Amino acid sequence: MKKKLVNNPDDVVEEMLAGVVAAEPDRYKKLKDQNVLVRADAPVDKVALVSGGGSGHEPTHGGYVGPGMLDAAVAGDVFTSPTPDAVYEAIKAVDSGNGVFLVIKNYTGDVMNFEMAEDMAEADGIETAHVVVNDDVAVEDSTYTSGRRGVAGTIFVHKIAGALAAQGASLQEVKEIAEKVVANVRTKGMALYPCRVPAADESTFSLEENEMELGIGIHGEPGTERTEVKSADEIVNNLVTDVIEDLPFSANDEVAVIVNGMGGTPLMELYIANRKVNEILGAKNIDIYKTFVGEYMTSLEMAGLSVTLLKLDDELKELLDAPTAVDLLK
Amino acid sequence: MNKTEEVFNKIADKIIDNKQYLTKLDSAIGDGDHGINMARGFSEVKEEFESAEFDSNSAVVKKVAMTLISNVGGASGPLYGTAFLQASKVMEEDLSLKNAVKIGEAVIEGIKMRGKAEQGDKTMLDAIIPAVNALKEDYEAGVELEEALQDCLEAAEEGKESTIPLVAKKGRASYLGERSKGHQDPGATSSYMIIETIIKEII
Repeated sequence: MKKKLVNNPDDVVEEMLAGVVAAEPDRYKKLKDQNVLVRADAPVDKVALVSGGGSGHEPTHGGYVGPGMLDAAVAGDVFTSPTPDAVYEAIKAVDSGNGVFLVIKNYTGDVMNFEMAEDMAEADGIETAHVVVNDDVAVEDSTYTSGRRGVAGTIFVHKIAGALAAQGASLQEVKEIAEKVVANVRTKGMALYPCRVPAADESTFSLEENEMELGIGIHGEPGTERTEVKSADEIVNNLVTDVIEDLPFSANDEVAVIVNGMGGTPLMELYIANRKVNEILGAKNIDIYKTFVGEYMTSLEMAGLSVTLLKLDDELKELLDAPTAVDLLK
Repeated sequence: MNKTEEVFNKIADKIIDNKQYLTKLDSAIGDGDHGINMARGFSEVKEEFESAEFDSNSAVVKKVAMTLISNVGGASGPLYGTAFLQASKVMEEDLSLKNAVKIGEAVIEGIKMRGKAEQGDKTMLDAIIPAVNALKEDYEAGVELEEALQDCLEAAEEGKESTIPLVAKKGRASYLGERSKGHQDPGATSSYMIIETIIKEII
């Protein structure tokens, strides 16, 4: 017997969603025959937002469904993009005639499956648009790679695009604000311990007791660099420095911060990390407008964290502060 | 059950038997789910065959395509789904080397269109393109079907093995950059298994 709180590994996603709906029946409804969570009051008369991807990243994506954020979240199998049928059913369930906006994280499978779903929806006369989030600075962005991955920065897209849609903006306006967030958000992550998908016998990679992995994604895939374990401050310095240099963020910028646990990291350690993030940004005169510390986009039981910075202007600040029923981003 | 159904049943068994092996290859450079996803899709194919009746070979292949698209997810679902869908469009009821070449070309075109990959990117195309090229050369040289299929199988195997030293440029393996060297591509491996099963069933 594998040491995991699962029954049949093939049933984990369905059983999880059943538990989510049982916990908050007023918030969610689950589509029949599809692993899709939809706002209980959908469709709402506005541009609808749909996101999704593989499972194993909880509270992503279902945790962001609610007024002011997503209208539907499509849950694929663990670390596996959902199928076009599932995304298409989600689109149909939330479309109110104002169009549907898809937030896609940049993975080969997600992009292909979501685009196939858009083709299906458009054949039905439903207007769609999408943004591809690619905030992970660890991956070189070039025509010779699949490009950067979409990781924790995606949460800011859900919040800000969701807030604008709630205000009655058009599909085009929602797309533009989402692109603006993508242009200004950067993330880097690391792992102390890998994770194991429920259906597999082994962890997706292995680390010795004295090793850590820098530049990891959120699917248990190995990172870009393996080194000896360093102190919390040294680790955070590596992540934040790479994030800052990439955009680049500079003095007098105002930023929102996510210090995101990967699933198996004590909150204590996340706060220790945030203390150092605060110190580094302070030393560079980068103003912190808002900080989120906790689990936002996880990778099963992986231990480690990611740090996300979003450069803000007045428009983004207002939308970040806009009301939402989603507790995680209040 | 017609011959095409039998072939796909064998392919399904091969993939399901190799679920852990494909997953292990994927764990080294990807996210460790290739075998799991492919086995899920092909188990569904077997189940579909139990209730469905087909009036043509291309209908069988189309059913396989739609089943994979609806059940596999990830990158493999759309890629294999598109590949078999394109194959079903050009497939004739009687097997000929000429038609096999045409099917192979349609498969390659479908995968390139969907996945935007090229040969040498360390993907399934590295097994498929050499296999189809071998068929094409033999067709043009007037080689008999059976011998051409043998050559095709050898080319697919070499193609699969050629992915070992390559640096991945597509899919999740590409995040590893240079560290993806030294590992056989799981997609090229499953493609080889499919080609191998088809050819061994025909010969």
